[in-house]
Amino acid sequence: MKTDDLIGALAADAGTVSEPIDRTMWFATAGGTILAAIFFFVAIGLRPDFATAIETPRFLFKYVFTLTLLVSAMGLVLHLARPEAVPGAWVKALVAAPVLLALAATAELFALPSSEWLPHLVGTNALVCLVLIPTLSVAPLIALILALRQGAPTHPVLAGATAGLVAAAIGATLYASHCQDDSPLFVATWYVIAVAIMALLGAVLGSRFLRW
Amino acid sequence: MAHLNREEEWAALMRAAIDGDAASYRQLLESLSHSLRAATRRGFAQAGAALNDVEDVVQETLLAVHLKRHTWNSDQPLGPWVRAIARHKLIDALRRRGRRIEVPIEAVLDTLAAEEPRSDLDRQDAERLVNGLRGRQQAIVRAISIEGQSIREVAERFEMNEGAVRVALHRGLKALADMHRKAHEE
Repeated sequence: MKTDDLIGALAADAGTVSEPIDRTMWFATAGGTILAAIFFFVAIGLRPDFATAIETPRFLFKYVFTLTLLVSAMGLVLHLARPEAVPGAWVKALVAAPVLLALAATAELFALPSSEWLPHLVGTNALVCLVLIPTLSVAPLIALILALRQGAPTHPVLAGATAGLVAAAIGATLYASHCQDDSPLFVATWYVIAVAIMALLGAVLGSRFLRW
Repeated sequence: MAHLNREEEWAALMRAAIDGDAASYRQLLESLSHSLRAATRRGFAQAGAALNDVEDVVQETLLAVHLKRHTWNSDQPLGPWVRAIARHKLIDALRRRGRRIEVPIEAVLDTLAAEEPRSDLDRQDAERLVNGLRGRQQAIVRAISIEGQSIREVAERFEMNEGAVRVALHRGLKALADMHRKAHEE
């Protein structure tokens, strides 16, 4: 086939344009979040003292961390869905959540006597945290990987890992409403491990499914 | 200035194309194909790869531009987006052919020449790929590309409705893009 012939065929196919990629990405994120939220409210549920916990700074900080991660990772992954993406500046925005967490954890070290550090770090249900955050993140991650396949990521591994971060941030936001452990020391340990697991999984999926 | 004008022209043509204007789209793809051919030739030459696959990569890149055009942000110029796709496809093509790659295609695409000559030998691979399409899909892609028939003519010829022809054409082009990607994988 001559290139001119191919161009003829492509022009004849002019009418079949997919949805703009941003819309697909937002749709996937919303869909994945709804599925995760349904699972959360059906199978896990809010902690019993949610109404009072919401007034305490430590509890609220968990959302500050997870939502900062969500916003920065979402901004990056939207960018990475396009071929001309230059990760640079957007990757730097990702440090916001870890920096906030490090500050909060440092403040916690000053606020607590050193004998309290370890119990707060270990918490009461670390293992549940490590299981439930990834579980709640699965649907958003699958949705985002499928959406990225519609995109044109020229950094497939990074795009996958960032999708993993978005998914983990969604999962962690939901889980934070159930989790009884509010110390930043707990968050900086177990939430971070759970988020890292999802980023790694996303990177693997990215290298496998985001080539085009 | 010529460069700026070309950017504006490309973006305007692509916006029209996304609104369904096939004539603008053809004009854009023709203009892009000249640029891509020159860039791919230079990329291949720099990597020391044989030039007889160049047209193959041009076609693969055009298919990618086509199938990924919803990832272009219409507020932005088209050039950087096309260059990113061209670079991605060129690096991929060279890698599959076992070449080490240092391809400054940005510079290459910026200094675009007019159309470069090409030989009929360039087409063998692409021809083979079309042969890999399944029966009806292949017939439809051939009729529209090589024979230059319209959707309506093809619909009458195969006694299908036009929507079904469109779907078959679109799937055929997607399949073609997949085959390009896998063609040189070991």
